[in-house]
Amino acid sequence: MIPVAFDYQRATSVEDAVDKLTEAGDEARVLSGGQSLIPFMRLRFAVPDTLVDISGIRDLSFVRVDADRIRIGAMTRHSDLARDPVIAANLPLLGAMAGKIGDTQVRNRGTLGGSVAHADPAAEYATLCTMLDAEIVTTRRAIPASEFFLGRYTTPLAHDEVLSEVTFPVATGGHSYIKFGSRLFDWAIVGVAAQVLDDGVRIGLVSMADVPVRAVEGERALAQGATAEEAGRASTTGLAPTASVRASAPYKLHLAEVLTARALREAGAVRV
Amino acid sequence: MKHHLSTSVNGVSRQDEVEPRLLLAQYLRDVVGQTGTNIGCDTSQCGACTVLIDNEAVKSCTVFAVQAGGHEVSTIEGVAQGSELHPIQQAFIDNHGLQCGYCTPGFVMATKYLLDQNPDPTEEEIREALDGNICRCTGYTNIVKSVLAAAAALAAAPSPHAEGA
Amino acid sequence: MTTSDMPGPTRFGIGQSVRRVEDRRFVTGRARYVADIRLAGCAFAAIVRSPFAHARILGYDIQAALEAPGVVAVLTGQDVVADDLHGFTASVMPEDMGGPKGHRTWRPILATDKARFVGEAVSIVVADTAAHAADAADLVEVDYEPLESVTHLEDASADGAVQVHEDCPNGNMAWGLMFGDQAATDAAFAAAPHVVKLRVENNRVTANAMEPRGCIGQYDLAGDSYTLHTSTQNPHGVRKEVAEVLGIAETRLRVIGPDVGGGFGSKADAYPEDALVLWASKKVDRPVRWIATRSEGLMSDTCGRDQVIHGELAFDDTGRILGIRAHGMHNVGAYIAPAGLVPSVFSLRFIPGTYDVQAVHVMTRGMFTNTSPLGPYRGAGRPEATYLIERLIDAAAAELDMDTLEIRKRNFIATTAMPYQTATGYLYDSGDFQRVVDTGARLADWSGGFTSRREQSENSGKRRGRSIAYFIEQGGVFNDRMELRFDPSGTVTIVAGTFSHGQGHETTYAQMVSEWLGVPFDTIRFVQGDTDKVPFGRGTYAARSSMIGGSALRVAADKIIERARLMAADLMEVDADDLEFGEGQFTVVGVPDRSMPLVDVAKAFFYPRGITDKHGVGLDASGTWSTERENFPNGCHICELEVDPATGEVTIDRYVIVEDIGVVINPMIAEGQTHGGLAQGLGQALVEHHIYDRESGQLLTGSLGDYGVPRTIFMPEVVTAFECTPCTTNPLGVKGVGEGATIGAPPAVINAVLDALRPLGVSHLDMPATPDRVWAAIEQARVGAAADAAGREGGLT
Repeated sequence: MIPVAFDYQRATSVEDAVDKLTEAGDEARVLSGGQSLIPFMRLRFAVPDTLVDISGIRDLSFVRVDADRIRIGAMTRHSDLARDPVIAANLPLLGAMAGKIGDTQVRNRGTLGGSVAHADPAAEYATLCTMLDAEIVTTRRAIPASEFFLGRYTTPLAHDEVLSEVTFPVATGGHSYIKFGSRLFDWAIVGVAAQVLDDGVRIGLVSMADVPVRAVEGERALAQGATAEEAGRASTTGLAPTASVRASAPYKLHLAEVLTARALREAGAVRV
Repeated sequence: MKHHLSTSVNGVSRQDEVEPRLLLAQYLRDVVGQTGTNIGCDTSQCGACTVLIDNEAVKSCTVFAVQAGGHEVSTIEGVAQGSELHPIQQAFIDNHGLQCGYCTPGFVMATKYLLDQNPDPTEEEIREALDGNICRCTGYTNIVKSVLAAAAALAAAPSPHAEGA
Repeated sequence: MTTSDMPGPTRFGIGQSVRRVEDRRFVTGRARYVADIRLAGCAFAAIVRSPFAHARILGYDIQAALEAPGVVAVLTGQDVVADDLHGFTASVMPEDMGGPKGHRTWRPILATDKARFVGEAVSIVVADTAAHAADAADLVEVDYEPLESVTHLEDASADGAVQVHEDCPNGNMAWGLMFGDQAATDAAFAAAPHVVKLRVENNRVTANAMEPRGCIGQYDLAGDSYTLHTSTQNPHGVRKEVAEVLGIAETRLRVIGPDVGGGFGSKADAYPEDALVLWASKKVDRPVRWIATRSEGLMSDTCGRDQVIHGELAFDDTGRILGIRAHGMHNVGAYIAPAGLVPSVFSLRFIPGTYDVQAVHVMTRGMFTNTSPLGPYRGAGRPEATYLIERLIDAAAAELDMDTLEIRKRNFIATTAMPYQTATGYLYDSGDFQRVVDTGARLADWSGGFTSRREQSENSGKRRGRSIAYFIEQGGVFNDRMELRFDPSGTVTIVAGTFSHGQGHETTYAQMVSEWLGVPFDTIRFVQGDTDKVPFGRGTYAARSSMIGGSALRVAADKIIERARLMAADLMEVDADDLEFGEGQFTVVGVPDRSMPLVDVAKAFFYPRGITDKHGVGLDASGTWSTERENFPNGCHICELEVDPATGEVTIDRYVIVEDIGVVINPMIAEGQTHGGLAQGLGQALVEHHIYDRESGQLLTGSLGDYGVPRTIFMPEVVTAFECTPCTTNPLGVKGVGEGATIGAPPAVINAVLDALRPLGVSHLDMPATPDRVWAAIEQARVGAAADAAGREGGLT
């Protein structure tokens, strides 16, 4: 379908982007990779009256290690993250996730910032942010991940606030990301990520709620010596996922438990 | 309100006035007049519209034409050199990698990108790399064969076609 | 299979894997699909569609739309009524075949008093650009009074069900069909030592050809005639149907099928949009173009399958089938599609399959629902029939603890029994099912290492299963017409009534003509798809073209040779009887150096005077063929797979298909058809499902994201082979190819999954065997719940 008409402006810098967004009013949106926004616009689910394109801002595409944190610019593309040696050395779980987003063409355009700002609980990075206590840095503030994903497609970003980078802890320990169902469908039926950190294991679930899920009960069980299966079962405590056309709620819960156990084993987070 | 677009399509510079909401796929088909790039869906899933922007495979239905300003766009029309087919195109013919042909331009462009990145892919790598392109006719078996054959042909006699042209 | 580069004159003949001549335009992006056609002054249409499954239409407010930028017209159902346009209707009803009268429907090209399914066209907006049309479409206001709707088959037949057509005398029953002998079958069942019963669903799917539908309508005021470019499988059929709707003579309508990006049955007939663009074109005096979005297509393309059937198989202790009984329901949708009856008929008549059984009694009802109309989709009823019988026979084998290959071999119709009259009225002419299945079993290592492979699977926590499924189907329907036409330079053109849209006819027909007439392959031209250039045809679907088109072409070729023989005799001054024709030459019998090429003989037909007085000007001939004497492609599928019981994921490990297609014209193309058919069959078995919400009637699978279409990483490796017995009912010996794999795959997959899961207590599974549903079946067996929906609590299926 054809999107509703809008004005288009290219920002030359982050400050310029903010100025343009402010001037355009609250129906303006940021355009980065467009791989989430443009499909929504084609279906007329999103009808911004202005798009401010930040893809030309070179300063927004970077991967840097800063002490024990890794900083990634909002315009960094999934395909670059999947191949980046700094990511591979410092946060390989993110690289693994990036390489499984969408498909080749989507990965060549889609960006970390765009994906995070879109806040789709079926998308990988949101879960990674949540489970690793990422920090979302905007032109106004730094927002902890726990305060960023408010609901499906809902974040505290103001229309003229530009997400400029996301920072994660460096995490080089064992890790695993299992995205189930991608052989059949584009979006994960359920996804599970596990990351071994110095102070314990983090478990993240994709597509199990309206917001990304950090499976704290599962992490706690693991810390108390649970087996992979027990931790898997604990990981879905309190969750009530929505059924979709391809997965009932009981199935999603069961699948999350099974995949969590597998991810934990793959990540070397359990002895057995 | 129209926006000035300055871009290059298959090596030819263009200056156009376009609405921002015009998708790159529509720009190529309706403004540039090259209809080889096909539109097969409206949710960015089928890949029939695959083109290269600065030698990277993208879905032209999920890019606004104005975003391509200042960049080089390569489409199926730029793959053959006159009447001389590119080895990828010849491989698809030789291995029956197409039936109705609608998805074919997208597959050829995606293959071009794949073999640029990975000149000697395994069958599994081919399937993963082309996962963004849907075909309803061939069942993919012969498409994979075609890509393997193209890789072999390019390895044996590197194409005189400039990569990315 | 590799393309063969055989030297010599047979290089382009029948049986060679000749590379397709049409491919050049496709690989270079120079094909012309309907959306690629540019007509001067063309206007663009957007269709407003009902958001309700069932609603009364009380009125419209089109003022805002009319005033929107660039809009030239907004038409509604009121205009349809005012112009007295007719509706689309079924091409065939049961009463046309001697059956009981069904309820014929007339589908208006825009909904008039009621909308009957989500996506039904309600208004058409015409504007100067596609964007303006889309914008204005959003401004059309329709006053709906929503009504309760019915979308599921069993709901449609329940007492007190919402009625889709108030004037239907039998609730929601569109028709009833029955084949076989009830008394004999009941008697066989009464006496049988064993009976298995199954209720199986054949899931609703949709074709999703990669090219969405589209059409351009053009009214010529000066000539009072119309031209329609449309993405279709059947230009002449479209002409007939649309002419009737518009109330014009067929001669006033030219229909052109350009390059078409797939159809699979969904483009075999005309659609309301074909009539809408022509009607609108006359109103605005400009060409009008409409191209579907994928979402529109998912809402409004003719869908396939959607059947629930209860089947029973009676058998003895040795596994011999004694009788088959079945009664089922087929979803018709909100209106009967032109070929809507076809799947129902085939779904019954092929239930006996390749098995020797005469006590058969099978029935089905076609039911109206508030969903988009259903019709032929690759296989059109044969998949439904085959799925039932193959599931039943495996259930019988399970009860007797018998090898599933053995039980089939025990029941196969023997070659010595051919021709064999089935209980449902078919006369199978040929087929060596034993040989086909033996080849398959050998290729699949059926008697080899399965047991050890299953053990290995279990060691890694998986379950392995396998199956052998056998299918038989009818290749082609109706008749058709093919022409051969020479030009003054001695070059021949094939004028085809069939319509290639991916099947490679430009190549395969040329292979035939090259072999029969001995003319150089690369000089043969090919014309199809334009009702002005092709006097008549019926298009391509139902695996019809190689048999009907090929045989008709053979008839034409023979006529050419005979006419040319008479001319050659005069030119060479011999008796016609003294000439023999071979390898493109007329040669005097016994005098090999006295010969004349056909090409030169052809030229003589264009002399300005003299010999043409006797022989006529021009060398051309037409041939026809039909399926009065049917042909029956058949084959086996052998599937071995693993199920991960923890996640329900099915992974196919090996897959073998052996087909009998009579004679193979082009092995490469035939194999390609098998691959593509397999993808669709596996798609139906494992992932595809077109779903409407049971309560609201909303379409839940409205995009390719929700409706799973097989992708590259989905397809397993497959071994294919042809093991042919030439057909005896046509001069080529061919049996139609193209649908077999779609027919054989669903039962092969489901039976293999059940084989894998039987040790876990799972005895039944419906398609698609998505991970969710497989897991639910395992859970249900584990928990021992009785309720059918227990394992899917909270699900939407």
